[in-house]
Amino acid sequence: MSFQCSLGGERYVFDDLKALMAAASPLRSGDELAGLAATSDAQRIAARYALADVPLDLFVRTELIPYEADDVTRLIMDTHDTAAFAPFASMTVGDLRDWLLSHEATTAALTAAAPGFTPEMAAAVSKIMRNQDLMSVARKMRVVTRFRNTIGLEGCLASRLQPNHPTDDLKGIAASTLDGLLYGMGDAVIGINPATDSVVNGLALLDMLDHARRRYDIPTQTCVLTHVTNTLEIINKGGAVDLVFQSIAGTQKANEGFGVTLDILKEAHEAALSLKRGTVGDNVMYFETGQGAALSAEAHHGLDQQTVEARAYAVARAFRPLLVNTVVGFIGPEYLYDGKQIIRAGLEDHFCAKLLGVPMGCDACYTNHAEADQDDMDNLMVLLGAAGITFLIGVPGADDIMLNYQSLSFHDILTLRSMLNLRPAPEFAAWLEQMGLFDAQSGRMRELAPHQTRLAQLVG
Amino acid sequence: MTKKPLPPSKNRDGAPDVWQDLRSLTRARIGLGRSGNAQRTTDVLTFQAAHAQARDAVHTPLDVQAMLEELNGISCLCVRSRAADRSTYLRRPDLGRRLAPESLAFLQKGEWDVVFVAADGLSSIATQKGAIPLFRAMQARLKGWRIAPLVIATQGRVALGDEIASALGARMVVMMIGERPGLSVADSMGVYLTYAPYVGCPDSARNCLSNIHQHGLPTTVAADKLAWLMQQAMQLKLTGVGLKDAAPDSSLPENPTPSIEKDPHA
Repeated sequence: MSFQCSLGGERYVFDDLKALMAAASPLRSGDELAGLAATSDAQRIAARYALADVPLDLFVRTELIPYEADDVTRLIMDTHDTAAFAPFASMTVGDLRDWLLSHEATTAALTAAAPGFTPEMAAAVSKIMRNQDLMSVARKMRVVTRFRNTIGLEGCLASRLQPNHPTDDLKGIAASTLDGLLYGMGDAVIGINPATDSVVNGLALLDMLDHARRRYDIPTQTCVLTHVTNTLEIINKGGAVDLVFQSIAGTQKANEGFGVTLDILKEAHEAALSLKRGTVGDNVMYFETGQGAALSAEAHHGLDQQTVEARAYAVARAFRPLLVNTVVGFIGPEYLYDGKQIIRAGLEDHFCAKLLGVPMGCDACYTNHAEADQDDMDNLMVLLGAAGITFLIGVPGADDIMLNYQSLSFHDILTLRSMLNLRPAPEFAAWLEQMGLFDAQSGRMRELAPHQTRLAQLVG
Repeated sequence: MTKKPLPPSKNRDGAPDVWQDLRSLTRARIGLGRSGNAQRTTDVLTFQAAHAQARDAVHTPLDVQAMLEELNGISCLCVRSRAADRSTYLRRPDLGRRLAPESLAFLQKGEWDVVFVAADGLSSIATQKGAIPLFRAMQARLKGWRIAPLVIATQGRVALGDEIASALGARMVVMMIGERPGLSVADSMGVYLTYAPYVGCPDSARNCLSNIHQHGLPTTVAADKLAWLMQQAMQLKLTGVGLKDAAPDSSLPENPTPSIEKDPHA
């Protein structure tokens, strides 16, 4: 089925829904690399006109990647909630945009609608939304999850404390963790990317984190971001696994590239649930995603990178995760070339995930070969903060010395919380106050040296 | 180009910095201090200086003329990839993996055991500093090997070496290439060894030594490791996972192509 639009005296034809969505997507280097981007600005807008007229139920009837060939397609189709979709069944993509922005689309209405939306619908409508649209709609959506604290409440901004170290040195990691806690970081998770990805190393890191958490009774969760199969083995060996981490993508083949299947994720989910380590809830999964992953695995099936990214959120929501974050900007300039493209992608990923009911956070980040710098990250964090992002990632001084890329600093997140009047997760905020780290009178984190706090002993 | 030590900071009251001991545990930028919620001026500028050096490493063109002078008459060949400029190179990794047609036409088939390629990659200054010293160190270690003239390649990715080796008729290729610069190190070179390379050769068929720079893996140590790998490759007629498994030193790093994953091994 082809689509067409006349614009400025020229007639534009798009062969199928995939091609139409790709052409309508805001410009990014990954779609150019894949040969899927619009060939001119005018063609891109013509595609948006045509996409705005596409009836939403066409997405239910169209398999962008064949059902037989892809388990993510099967997951999307088989779990689609037709009752929730019913009020939208006769709308077009353009109608959906207008409805999402309308005052009728309240938090409650959006929550009820979420299971009725498919990732492809979310991606399609995002392509005809401006940045402010993505922000103002996302802001209305609430996805609340719980493990040892409550993530995603209105007026809250959680943070992942990322204390990575190039040799996984336990004291080095503890020193960075201490630094972050003094800035009020770590309510989403204290999460380490290990330099050495082994079960033995994972056990040692988890043991250190768990001891620190229990010693100070910190109402948060810890995680070593190792491969899901390692985490399963760590669980079997009695390791202190709060959350199961895994990178995921939007096609079966791309997930196979990560060494995971839906069955492995299901097994890990059940194993983590069986530990019953959560105190206020049982959301036990943590996923990372990011535009470009499928293309880099040559597993995008001709879909533009934003659409295939949105499909990863269908995988995520099937496992009721505590946390999901896009690692926007980490992948490099061949997928997102500059600050403008990274910022747009960050807002799209957050919007699409929230629309589907996924607790989306962001690693606002870039590599040194991208056309981006810390000013772009300032812009992105404020936009995401205004859009109600679930959590952001912070590393000491914004410099990750293990993965060699730049994210946000603890200072940045503290600044953002202050500017937008956002608080940490309530249980964590209470702990900060109880530990004397937060001054309720002034509403500020106290500026304290380690020895002025009880946390000084954290670094053995 | 290493990160300068952070200047000792003091608390507001001028008290000594209690973070000093903790900083010996990690190079992470911990205990920076605050001005309100923000970083202090000196820390902001230190960060910007490191980022500027990293960006310059990416964008400064390889000074081929200077390398020719350093070679001082030793024969070498200069080629370029299909990526016409830096902006194209960064957007189109596929073009950086293939030789420009005139470069391909210029290479003549011979009988070589190995060809060494010095390519700019993502840090020209790494290659500028590290490639020729390593090449000389390898010449000294590979007595009796038929070593093709050094190839200097611009706008090159790792896989460009495959096409170069095929065109020259070399049994294996050693690609010496600038690694993506980080804030702490902007001049780190990586070396990729591939036996019987061909266009489209998978990365799993390579062995890699990374982190070669003044404060990382020294040239002589890299040369010893590489010589061992090359002898083994010649005997086993392979490189990659099969060769890595045979290595006595399990610390030989494998190919770490940057991926989407922050979990680098998944």
